[in-house]
Amino acid sequence: MTIGLGHYLTVAAVLFTMGILGIFLNRKNVIVILMCVELMLLAVNINLVAFSVFQGNVVGQVFALLVLTVAAAEAAIGLAILVVYFRNRGTIEVEDINTMKG
Amino acid sequence: MDLAIKLIVFLPLVAAAIAGLFCRVIGARPAQIVTCAALLIAAALSVLVFVKIGFGPEKLIVVKLFSWMESGTLDIAWALRVDTLTAVMLIVVTGVSSMVHIYSIGYMEEDPSIPRFMAYLSLFTFFMLMLVTADNLVQLFFGWEGVGLASYLLIGFWYDKPSANAAAMKAFIVNRVGDFGFALGIFAVWMLSGSVGFEEIFGKAPQMAQMRIQFLGMDLPALETACLLLFVGAMGKSAQLGLHTWLPDAMEGPTPVSALIHAATMVTAGVFMVCRLSPLFELAPTASMVVTLIGAATAFFAATVGLTQFDIKRVVAYSTCSQLGYMFFACGVGGYSAAMFHLTTHAFFKALLFLGSGSVIHCLHHEQDMRKMGGVREKAPQTFILMWIGTLALSGIGVPFILGNGLGFAGFYSKDIMLESAFGVHTTVGQIAFWLGVIAAFMTAFYSTRLMFMTFYGKYRGDHHTWDHAHESPLVMMIPLYVLGIGAAFSGLVGYDWFVGHDWKAFWGNSLAVKATEEVLHHAHEVPLWVKLLPLVCAIAGIALSYYYYVVHTDMPERTVKRFPGLHALFYNKWYFDELYDAVFVKPSLAIGRFLWKKGDGATIDGLGPDNVAARAQDMAGMLMRFQSGYLYHYAFVMLVGVAGLVTYFMLSAR
Repeated sequence: MTIGLGHYLTVAAVLFTMGILGIFLNRKNVIVILMCVELMLLAVNINLVAFSVFQGNVVGQVFALLVLTVAAAEAAIGLAILVVYFRNRGTIEVEDINTMKG
Repeated sequence: MDLAIKLIVFLPLVAAAIAGLFCRVIGARPAQIVTCAALLIAAALSVLVFVKIGFGPEKLIVVKLFSWMESGTLDIAWALRVDTLTAVMLIVVTGVSSMVHIYSIGYMEEDPSIPRFMAYLSLFTFFMLMLVTADNLVQLFFGWEGVGLASYLLIGFWYDKPSANAAAMKAFIVNRVGDFGFALGIFAVWMLSGSVGFEEIFGKAPQMAQMRIQFLGMDLPALETACLLLFVGAMGKSAQLGLHTWLPDAMEGPTPVSALIHAATMVTAGVFMVCRLSPLFELAPTASMVVTLIGAATAFFAATVGLTQFDIKRVVAYSTCSQLGYMFFACGVGGYSAAMFHLTTHAFFKALLFLGSGSVIHCLHHEQDMRKMGGVREKAPQTFILMWIGTLALSGIGVPFILGNGLGFAGFYSKDIMLESAFGVHTTVGQIAFWLGVIAAFMTAFYSTRLMFMTFYGKYRGDHHTWDHAHESPLVMMIPLYVLGIGAAFSGLVGYDWFVGHDWKAFWGNSLAVKATEEVLHHAHEVPLWVKLLPLVCAIAGIALSYYYYVVHTDMPERTVKRFPGLHALFYNKWYFDELYDAVFVKPSLAIGRFLWKKGDGATIDGLGPDNVAARAQDMAGMLMRFQSGYLYHYAFVMLVGVAGLVTYFMLSAR
């Protein structure tokens, strides 16, 4: 059995869906949300690399590197915000973070 | 002479400005001094002008001030026109006004806003002088509205009293009705003659009498229509039947105001206006007939109401209304000089009566109800005597046949000559006016002496605390009373020959319609003897009956009321005019106003417009608010649903 494009895309889709579910089924911790976001970005990266390889175009892989960089920066900033938030509020429970309520 | 005239008119304005604008700086006493001094100077100068114009060869002085407005052929200037008619009014206005100013020092002693009061009084005097010295109809209208304003301010002087505010508004609004007619009249005269200056109008009067005018879709004789419209204005200002309802209510103002504005000067502006325009009215027989009938009806109506009132000021107010009716029917039959004669004498004795009533009110600590008075002559003997002079002058008491014209109080001469004029013209309306006037003369004597008997005679009926503190008024209030008392006693005797006697032509010059006046005076002096005596007999009968009712048999009024309950109710409730107007005009306009406010503006315009939009926006916001749970995963979920939706849309639409 050869591994074709469809398999890669399926893996990416599964990862992506896990990320989504992780975001809004998760009721515990904001860090988990951040990790889920990372997961979704990785799913997208798999898509990009897979398309790049199958189409013989390097641009997709270059773009995947860019996404990785942005994801790293995002993780750093997100964690920094969480640390500050925890210092101020003493909690990072998702249930307790609702000051945006109208 | 020009300077004197300017000073007469503008000194009160300057005084009003000083007292009104700088009252907080200068205080009460200087305000009183400034205004009184200005008025006394003006009064002295008025005497000078009066002597010069009335008895000199020069009969007309016009002082041009400056141009007011020029537009096309319309050219209106500020000018002071002084002829005998104006000179007489100058004496009346400045004389009574200066006395009232001095009187106010005593009467308003305890009031917290004396400077404001003095300023208003002086301002009123300025406007009144502007009115009487007007050279054209527009300037007359300026003064006319000015005195209306001053009247409004002074009636509502005690602005913390709701009734005073209501009365002030009533006076202003009722006068608007008359002023509307007056303005239309001015427009008509301008349209017909192409001018508003008196000289030009009078010159064109004979042509105007021939013209026709389209008004309210009808083809009418032009001059008659114009005169009737002008008379509507006079009716409003002079409180004639139909537009009289504001005058009794105007008694809410302080008593000096009633004496100055609502007895001696402003309310006579209508009579003055008709006399000033007598060259027009002389050529408008139908309009004059209406003037006669309205005047006679007012004289009769107001006298009947005066019989039953208990408020001392209201009795005098209805009496004023009635006397103005006399003046108008005298004007209507052509006796302009007789009307002016009565205007002058009336100013003295009616101001005296009002100020005397004020003195009584002051004495009894602001009690105005005559049922709570009685026996006041013990406490205020000087006021008592002066009030008798005023009452006898109003009733027209005198001794005929001696000293040529007889010897009597002021009203004796002036009322008689008016009634004789009405009888002398030998027309149906003249006869109606004469008989109504005679009956009114009887009632006048009755109600004015009723006032005297109820106030000054018998036992005191109020609470004894007030009685113990009752006292004669201070000197500063008594001096004006004495001055006016002298006027009430002798102005008729002195003025008779000049105003209506054989020297009238030399006196009046061309300031009144010569032809009509000549005819009427000629006839008036030739009436039968019984006509000359009838008013006096009626007056004496009225006094006798009043004495019988209120001194001899004090239960008689009660019994008479029981005997004629319907008639008494009619008179006591002022012929239900207020109720009628309330039902016909006030209530419907209130209802319309309320409907337009609540339903028209509130429900329709606001309801569909701004309010509706705002309410919908609020609803939307309320709905959208529920999406804002504040939980991050909700937002993420919504975002994902959105992304899924968009992707689906593009997938489906790409095909």
